[in-house]
Amino acid sequence: MKPAIDVVNVSKVYRRYARRRQFATLKSALLDGSLLGDLKPDETFQALKNVSFQVPKGCTYGVIGSNGSGKSTLLKCVAGITRPTEGEVNVDGRISALIELGAGFHPEISGRENIFINGIMLGLSKKEVQRRFDEIVEFAEMQDFIDAPVKTYSSGMYMRLGFAVAIHVDPEVLLVDEVLAVGDQGFTHKCLDKFSDFRRRNKSILLVTHSLDLVEKFCDEAHWLDKGGSKGEGDPKKVVAAYVMNVEDSEEHSLAKAEAARLAASASETPQAPPPDVDGESAPENPVDDGETARDGFKATEGRWGTREIEITNVSISGPDGESGHVFQSGDDLKVHMTMTANEPITDFVFGLGLFNADGVCVYGTNTNLEEFQPSEIAGEASVTFEIDSLDLVEGTYRLDLAAHKADGYPYDYHRLLYTFRIKSKIRDVGIYRPAHRWTFGGGIKIQRT
Amino acid sequence: MFSSLAKLGRYRALIQTLVVRDLKARYRGSVLGFFWSFFNPALLLFIYTFVFTKVLPSSHPASMEPFALFMFCGILPWTWFSSSLLESSNTLIAGGNLIKKVLFPAEVLPIVTVLANMVHFFLGLPILAAFVLYYQRPIDPVELLWLPVIVLVQLILTTGLAFFLSALTVHFRDLKDLLGNILTLWFFATPIIYSVDMAPADMRWWLNINPMTHLMRSYQEVLFFEGSFDHRGWLLALGVGSVVVFLAGYFVFDRLRDSFAEEV
Repeated sequence: MKPAIDVVNVSKVYRRYARRRQFATLKSALLDGSLLGDLKPDETFQALKNVSFQVPKGCTYGVIGSNGSGKSTLLKCVAGITRPTEGEVNVDGRISALIELGAGFHPEISGRENIFINGIMLGLSKKEVQRRFDEIVEFAEMQDFIDAPVKTYSSGMYMRLGFAVAIHVDPEVLLVDEVLAVGDQGFTHKCLDKFSDFRRRNKSILLVTHSLDLVEKFCDEAHWLDKGGSKGEGDPKKVVAAYVMNVEDSEEHSLAKAEAARLAASASETPQAPPPDVDGESAPENPVDDGETARDGFKATEGRWGTREIEITNVSISGPDGESGHVFQSGDDLKVHMTMTANEPITDFVFGLGLFNADGVCVYGTNTNLEEFQPSEIAGEASVTFEIDSLDLVEGTYRLDLAAHKADGYPYDYHRLLYTFRIKSKIRDVGIYRPAHRWTFGGGIKIQRT
Repeated sequence: MFSSLAKLGRYRALIQTLVVRDLKARYRGSVLGFFWSFFNPALLLFIYTFVFTKVLPSSHPASMEPFALFMFCGILPWTWFSSSLLESSNTLIAGGNLIKKVLFPAEVLPIVTVLANMVHFFLGLPILAAFVLYYQRPIDPVELLWLPVIVLVQLILTTGLAFFLSALTVHFRDLKDLLGNILTLWFFATPIIYSVDMAPADMRWWLNINPMTHLMRSYQEVLFFEGSFDHRGWLLALGVGSVVVFLAGYFVFDRLRDSFAEEV
């Protein structure tokens, strides 16, 4: 059977013009005689590289990938809005593209008239729109406002109406670009129902989305694009898993890079910066900063100070595999390992650690003094490892304070919020702490894990 | 190119709806609504009548009375021409959402602009007719049959130029500003507020290479001047030229079409 969408070796090259082109005008082009030269691109950007796939009839096909991976360009090529630079796209049947909802609505005229205009733009005849009119209005839940000008609509109403018209064009092939975020929960469900309905009638959907759940639950096949190239295709669960792995890797890279930059910046600071606080807890350094601290707990106070009589020379955070990293699963065991040097033997010392979440809230803070360790001496090379058996944190980004100081707070080496790691979790629970827990159900309850 | 030209016919319903939308939206919210399409030219005519009978009575030979009516015969179609071009230069950019996000035939946009302005021109005609009757101008009904031909020639010429302008403005945005000045110059280079006969003899040659001269002269001969419509030869020649302009404009538009979605 002929596939609904057949994409063969599609490449798309966008032309970019150098800076001067933005200021160039027809006049200057004529004056310089550089008209033809200016129309030639100075550099090119390859948005799609040799992408091929087929979507059989009745198949729901998901395309995933990070921002800038070429998903939307691909969709536009399939829709026929732009032409691929190389390769071919064949689509069998009428297309409706949900790329931007309500594109072409005129703000001054009523919803009723806009439905007609939009329907005709999308390829219906006036009679066909007339026949579907009530259904469209009902689907959009707009009965009360249909005669008001579109400019008075809320953005949700606008999107709902756009969606309703586009979906009632009754296409053979539906192209959807990240538009399910338009309505409330109820409306989203309605859209999904409508998509299922499409599937039952053997129509095809090409879905571009960042919602991996949706791809796993809803698509028959998935395609992963990365920087314009195909990275994988096939069973949605496998493709999504491969994609998630890759995202974690790249997050790891970017966190490592940011951390290196922060450490480099703080190393060049003068040692005796702001006054220390005693236990590595989140007491703001300066009351005036308070508001700012609350808004972005990370920004206000990060840095490094202290006399360096004890100098923390290296810090690594490692997960269950023992390798130093920045992305961990909730529930992993986690080791924070510090190596340090004391140039002179020192007898008064405390090691402390503070863990903060992205809101700047101290999730946990402790030190060796609070836990009643009695220091005797530190000299030469030394190391300290802080080990958490099960890191029961909810998903998010966290930062660490690490410090070596005297019992009275006099700082040797204070690293404030310099270390970042991210916690991933399959469960989307919220809060700052996940106590170990279990659910028990009794009596007339029937419930089970999916 | 000709295959996409053939498709134009299929967009009839779309073009029609969009013209209606354009007209509806233009006066939406104003109290008088569509009446503005009558009032604007009527007020203009009053102003010209006042200026050329009271302020500058000697600006024209006596044979040209009523001079305001003479000017009105030219200004009405000129307004159609110039606002069509000005608006069409912006029409693809204004409709960028449609071109970028929806599978939409871009050539519909300049066509809609020209047609919407044509409707305004038509709405001005009753005012013109009322004044023709009021001054009891001798109008030859047979000559009036030429009027649709003149309008058709102007429509083809304007649409062709609108194709050029709308497509090129996507790449050269300052064409819009340039165009405003060119149109002002063009207005005075066209016998609208003067007649060809009033121009010095050595200027005639220049006036003759201006296509708008022949359109305006045709309107004036049919609606204002007595005597037969001698300018029909020029008009038909211009008709042929307009078809060439239309095809050339569409050719350029079609060639640049793929760049619109990226450049708008």
